[in-house]
Amino acid sequence: MKTFIRIVLAALLASALTAHAALSIFATVPEWGALSQELGGDKVKVYVATTALQDPHRIEARPSLIARARAADLVVATGAELEVGWLPLVLQQTGKSASGPGYFEATANVPLLDKPAKLDRSEGDVHPFGDPHIQTDARNIGKVATALAQRMSELDKANAAFYQQRLQDFQSRWSAAVAKWEQQAAPLKGQPIVVQHKGFTYLAHWLGLREIAALEPKPGIEPTTAHLAEVLSLLQKQPAKMVLRAAYQGDQSSQWLAQRTKINVVTLPFTVGGTPGAKDLFGLFDDTIDRLLKGAQ
Amino acid sequence: MFRHGLKSVAACAVALAFSGIVQAQDSEVTQLRRELRELQERMQALEKRLQEAESHPAASAAPPSQSSGLAAFNPAISAILAGSYNNFSQDPDLYRLSGFPLASDVGPGRRGFSLGESELTFSANVDHKFAGVLTFSMNADNQVEVEEAFGTFNGAPFGIVPKFGRFLSAAGYLNEQHAHTWDFADTPLAYQAFLGGQYRTDGVQARWVAPTEHYVELGAELGNGAAFPGTPRNKNGVGSTVLFARTGGDVGESHNWLAGLSFLDTRAEERPDTIVGALGDDMPASFTGKSRTLGAQFVWKYAPNGNPTRTNLKLQGEYFWRKESGDLMAVGVPIEGDPNAGPFSARQSGGYVQGVYQFVPMWRAGLRYDRLDAGDRSAFNPQRATAMIDWSPSEFSRVRLQFARARLAPDLTDNEFFVQYILSLGAHGAHKY
Repeated sequence: MKTFIRIVLAALLASALTAHAALSIFATVPEWGALSQELGGDKVKVYVATTALQDPHRIEARPSLIARARAADLVVATGAELEVGWLPLVLQQTGKSASGPGYFEATANVPLLDKPAKLDRSEGDVHPFGDPHIQTDARNIGKVATALAQRMSELDKANAAFYQQRLQDFQSRWSAAVAKWEQQAAPLKGQPIVVQHKGFTYLAHWLGLREIAALEPKPGIEPTTAHLAEVLSLLQKQPAKMVLRAAYQGDQSSQWLAQRTKINVVTLPFTVGGTPGAKDLFGLFDDTIDRLLKGAQ
Repeated sequence: MFRHGLKSVAACAVALAFSGIVQAQDSEVTQLRRELRELQERMQALEKRLQEAESHPAASAAPPSQSSGLAAFNPAISAILAGSYNNFSQDPDLYRLSGFPLASDVGPGRRGFSLGESELTFSANVDHKFAGVLTFSMNADNQVEVEEAFGTFNGAPFGIVPKFGRFLSAAGYLNEQHAHTWDFADTPLAYQAFLGGQYRTDGVQARWVAPTEHYVELGAELGNGAAFPGTPRNKNGVGSTVLFARTGGDVGESHNWLAGLSFLDTRAEERPDTIVGALGDDMPASFTGKSRTLGAQFVWKYAPNGNPTRTNLKLQGEYFWRKESGDLMAVGVPIEGDPNAGPFSARQSGGYVQGVYQFVPMWRAGLRYDRLDAGDRSAFNPQRATAMIDWSPSEFSRVRLQFARARLAPDLTDNEFFVQYILSLGAHGAHKY
């Protein structure tokens, strides 16, 4: 019995020690998971709650998420009510607070677009604080990186210099990459596009794409035949080269449109892991711009 | 010579005059060029300012309208509107489950059009340590009751989450969920028989999630024990205890599950019951004694790639075992005179399994099977089969059709048909797993 107790105690101690060896980060979506990993290197342990093939609006507070959030030192969320359907419950069930240092919201560091003038559910699943899908503009990733590295340094003071150094390294690579992407995407400026869900506002704003229609009649409402017919007649008057679809969305409605008009369906990764090319944050935008350029031809 | 000289003077004059014109033109051109350049610079500056304004819309837009200081701290409010059209082949007043004592308000509802349970919920952080939730429910009989009213405390050590007040107990999986999130219009028979429809308690709860990668949650509740299967008792101290343990996880990206055990220990004093009289008829009786219920729960969810938007499947089942021991006495009959009265012990059990499948976006279909085992108290085991289909144009609304065939007692088989609507207004609530 004594040896048994000793073994249990040793195991508990070991698990406690390993648990504190690294800053444990719970990222709600893949882009912030990837960013945390870029900034933290081997000093952090990152758990990503969702994959690029899951609709970030419709995640459930499933048991594994509760366990992982409980063990995390830092919860990195998008905010702006993207995770309103599950994260508050996970935080409440694990006794965490959404205002303490262990909770980080990416959207707090970026000016939000598309803040609705009218808040009414008849307008669909509107986001009252503005569009939360900020990760489609590469410049926003840089802004969030600075704030996130700052927060990581505050929580893990022993490695603060390490995080700041990695931030500097990341920022210099990132700004060079952003300049490259902007140059590559120059021919896309002014291109008319159709989107399946209004999830590419920041991308369109960054690269100067002109969004002329959305396949969802209202945000978050599945496309209906009546609405698709309206989009089709609009496209006959005002043609667009491509319809953008995030990897997690079904392709039925965009294919329906592609069969009836000369429009390219462009499946964008939307976040890290959405396509085979989007392995990390750099790959995400390499692949996004590549697919957009092909779609525009 | 002179003429020649004159000619050359004239030529000089012409040349001079011409050069003057050219000079004048030159200076005008430079001035024009300069003006053009200035214009270009001003345009560039304007374009730059425009670009800046476009890239920082929040900075240039009017600041968000601030509500007045008093309203700014208003709690989040949400309301649930629910109602139904019910068609029952049997009189709901005759509703009973053979061999099971029931709480007074358990039943299928009213015939015809009827308002369901409308709910009004307020919730907010109280301060940096406490948060509070208050839910009123209003039933079709114009009675308002406090469905839940609890506070939570987030400053407890070791990750313990305390809750206190009146709350839905964790004595079952479905028990913790509000009626409007259920997948069927009514409760499983096992909930009617063992938990009085839905077990609510006034008391305290503490739950703790283990700091491990695998989900393990333990919890305990101490309550006043007033709710069925207990009864209100004029007594200090703790009237009921609930213990629960849960675990769960993911299997790949597409599957996840939850399993749990719960234990409810309470006491009843003169709880209305029935007893089989000497002539084989039911006589009113009352039960006084201990009531212990063990519950087991299992939930399995599937969605392709973990994305439930288009299709998803949810399987769930629960089973309860109850042991009651004490005295069962016929009302108004002296104990000595009744051979059936006196020390009494009964073991009963029951449960349900159900599956709900979303086959296309917005549409779900479900099947449920209920079965109860009345033990020694009745040779008849109640059972029910239910089918439903519902349509949810958004996550805030649902319309449901449900049909059930319930064999409640040897002489009581009810065909139940429901058309139900559930509308949710206001703050976007998070739903439990």
